[in-house]
Amino acid sequence: MKKSKQFWLFIIAAVLVYTVVQIFIANGMMNQFYSNTLIFIAINIILAVSLHLVIGITGQFSIGHAGFLAVGAYMSAIVTMKLDLPFIVGIIVGGIVAALAGLIVGIPSLRLKGDYLAIATLGFAEIIRIVFLNIDYVGGAAGMQVSHLTTWTYAFVCLVITIIVIVNFTNSRHGIASISVRENEIASDAMGINTTYYKVAAFAIGSFFAGVAGALYSHNFYIIQPSQFGFLKSFDILIFVVLGGLGSLSGAVLSAILLTVVSTYLQGYPETRMIIYSLVLILVMLYRPKGLMGTMEITDYFKLWRTPKGGDQHGK
Amino acid sequence: MEWIQQLINGISLGSIYALIALGYTMVYGIIKLINFAHGDVFMVGSFIGFYSITVFGLGFFPALILSMAACALFGVIIERIAYKRLRNATRIAALITAIGVSLLIEYGVIYIRGAQPEAYPDVFSNRSFAFLGAQISIQSILILSVSVVLMILLQFIVHKTKTGKAMRAVSHDTEAAKLMGINVDNTISATFAIGSALAGAAGVIFGIYYTKIDPLMGVIPGVKAFVAAVLGGIGIIPGAMVGGLVLGVVETIVSALGFSLWRDAAAFVILILILIFRPSGIFGKNTREKV
Amino acid sequence: MKKSKFASLFLSSSLLIGILAGCGAEEGSSSEGGDTIKIGANLELSGATASYGTSEADAIDLAVEEINDAGGIDGKKIELIKVDNKSDAAEATNAAIKLTSQDKVTAIIGAATSGNSVAQVQIATDTKTPMISPSGTSTTVTVGDDGKVNPFTFRTAFIDPFQGTVAANFAANELKVKTAAVYADNASDYAKGLAASFIKDFEAAGGKIVAEESYVAKDTDFRSTLTNIKSSNPEFIFIPGYYEEVGLIVKQARELGITVPLMGADGWDSPTLVDLAGADALNNSFIITAFSSEDPDGKAKDFSEKFKEKYGKDPNSFNALGYDTVYLLKDAIERAGSTDGTKIKEAIEATDQLELVTGLYSVDENHHPIKSAVIIEYVDGAQVFKTKVNP
Repeated sequence: MKKSKQFWLFIIAAVLVYTVVQIFIANGMMNQFYSNTLIFIAINIILAVSLHLVIGITGQFSIGHAGFLAVGAYMSAIVTMKLDLPFIVGIIVGGIVAALAGLIVGIPSLRLKGDYLAIATLGFAEIIRIVFLNIDYVGGAAGMQVSHLTTWTYAFVCLVITIIVIVNFTNSRHGIASISVRENEIASDAMGINTTYYKVAAFAIGSFFAGVAGALYSHNFYIIQPSQFGFLKSFDILIFVVLGGLGSLSGAVLSAILLTVVSTYLQGYPETRMIIYSLVLILVMLYRPKGLMGTMEITDYFKLWRTPKGGDQHGK
Repeated sequence: MEWIQQLINGISLGSIYALIALGYTMVYGIIKLINFAHGDVFMVGSFIGFYSITVFGLGFFPALILSMAACALFGVIIERIAYKRLRNATRIAALITAIGVSLLIEYGVIYIRGAQPEAYPDVFSNRSFAFLGAQISIQSILILSVSVVLMILLQFIVHKTKTGKAMRAVSHDTEAAKLMGINVDNTISATFAIGSALAGAAGVIFGIYYTKIDPLMGVIPGVKAFVAAVLGGIGIIPGAMVGGLVLGVVETIVSALGFSLWRDAAAFVILILILIFRPSGIFGKNTREKV
Repeated sequence: MKKSKFASLFLSSSLLIGILAGCGAEEGSSSEGGDTIKIGANLELSGATASYGTSEADAIDLAVEEINDAGGIDGKKIELIKVDNKSDAAEATNAAIKLTSQDKVTAIIGAATSGNSVAQVQIATDTKTPMISPSGTSTTVTVGDDGKVNPFTFRTAFIDPFQGTVAANFAANELKVKTAAVYADNASDYAKGLAASFIKDFEAAGGKIVAEESYVAKDTDFRSTLTNIKSSNPEFIFIPGYYEEVGLIVKQARELGITVPLMGADGWDSPTLVDLAGADALNNSFIITAFSSEDPDGKAKDFSEKFKEKYGKDPNSFNALGYDTVYLLKDAIERAGSTDGTKIKEAIEATDQLELVTGLYSVDENHHPIKSAVIIEYVDGAQVFKTKVNP
């Protein structure tokens, strides 16, 4: 009963946000700069949330998320530009192919842990990038032109679906099992949890949504090039997740919003932008190694206000 | 004859990877940290060498030594400021910090001097001689010998000196080493100093061999050197050397076969295969000797 | 609770930044239509191709300063708004949107690379803002995939397949070589286009291509591919690409004992090339160009001196192109007599024989520049005029 109330509150809030923004865009009160920034924020949130599932919930240290973004971006661009199919098909195909790529990366991950897994995922992402670099069908290094099809509606609907799916997964039996994999793999194995299954599932679902984000991304920025999906992009996504707090979905969402806005705002100060960015990163890691929100969710804070001893432990 | 030439090309490239990989492997061996900033220490070393040759008019060897000393200091500073607090933090926090330090160094250098590339002056004559039909430049001979000398020196430090013994002890078991009266903090700093000095040397050598240096030059060699370290068995000093050479030769062969655009992919394919089938690297378990 | 304090800080700071961003925007839009002409520069100031973007930014600063010191354009000072696109197409789109909808600039200069320029074409067209890419050499910057000209997009740099033709004729007729190898930068349409037109015309002239290899920008080790090329024994090697890589290719080729003539196009033209390759290695190599920093006369010399005075170094071709772009725009705004995008665009289209640092500039119907080409030979690091070819 309580869960469903929360769910409906979320849906109502989402519809409200959507309508308000859509009204602003429709009657020109919000210019293209703001609407585009909002779309970009939505894409970044999808990326952050999808990686949150892999790192924050299941504890699999992946630093190659840009590879899945690239797969989604290219596949959807092929669907819309080369095959002339509708954008929605492109989004779905982008997601599915990225999920397949996630499966391929997820399977070797069974043998690897920690740093080794991190480096392997980085390697996979680079291989994906180099494969696109060598395919002339998608323009090779010079890239591929893509029509602008992403609208606020597409971006927001995808965002809402992503959050609902990942929140539901997290709160389900599967999510609890995934969290147990994160906390202690051997112990959860001993408890009869199929750790292999959950690790691969997390990779596949995370990659699916990264692919969806890739579809939105490629159709928002007119051109895609392999160089856009290098490991710096993976680090960007990783930073959203880590800064917000590993294991905190609302933390990932908030830091994706915050960092996108900061980065857009600092566009005019290029010399200092990356320096500020890296300093923030180092300072947060040194003084709050669990990220700004740790594993807390934003709803936990509301509960804290009401009952100072702490509410229920969901999301922990 | 063409193959001898390609082999020489590969070994020259590989010896640079090996020098960088040594620093990675030593640091990982001792504090289990993938020091992403290591590639940027290499870049800083290259620039220090460049400025000491062009601005202070030093020769190759003084510039090399100056750059190694400065990088050693720089490495220790990075360790003391950024990594020391993280010894008991999670792996992910340490890795993110390393990425942050790496970005900070790169963009700090760009902030100070701009992003434009710089051309290393010719300190050696460009002459080359024919050997079995291959062209060998005097530069590549000198570079190879410098790398070999540095590696022998490193082996000596690790095996024959007190610091080296302490480093090996700490990497085996930090707690036990502490109980034995080893100053763990200083030992870790020494590891960073030696690793960074080697990266600095690699930077100068890279500059002389490849001429062009820029603030983002450390990123790709850094990652490749990490692959080399994993290939040889991370934490194992001879492994890093062999891994570097193997990687250099493999990349050269891939280009020589006409797949130059796939060269970077080759390194990562090797990395993944090694991680999946033999995570302890070529020199795995049997000769496990961590530093 | 410590944790909740951090979180509330975090939340409030994100709110604050949102508000700040909002305020910044309002200030931006309120100052429009004053005594200044706003020009946006959307350049690669950080990231992988930052060296091109910052080179152009330096020269653009210089040009704007000169124009403002001389009284501006029709008495209005230029207000330059520089934004960084991080060498990333997505950021370039964002930056262009910011410039057009937020700062409401009259025109955009940039980006330095083709990809990042293409990323803003649609925005330029939609908002009727003229956009000039100083060094975006891909044809797709000004002509879309469907073959239609992008109405508001122009470029300062050469693109011409014409350069490939000039090189092929030069090799076949002047140097009288029968076999050639091509080693092209696979990451740029410019180099690929040059390679294709060179191969076509060289074969048409009776020559034979014995090796065709490619590299990717930012590579540093070319020895293994060069060893391959050497074993196919070409009499001539055509290397279309940019000086950063070409310098290394020339040096490494000579070290491997490749002594045949090497040739490239305007992408080679930079003092850095001589530093990278070394004066000796560059002997017996030729380039096609429109600008030379060692050009003894007129505008080019003047520019070199001013640039050196301000930045303490010789200008390269990216500097020259950035500088020229500002003057191209100034000329067009003056002739248009207005800051209306469509009028400026028409004025740029009508540009005829404008004297710029990189030569006399005219625009053709595809918005490509028409410039005459000069073939230059490197002799001990100095550029020696060889011949001039008109389009």
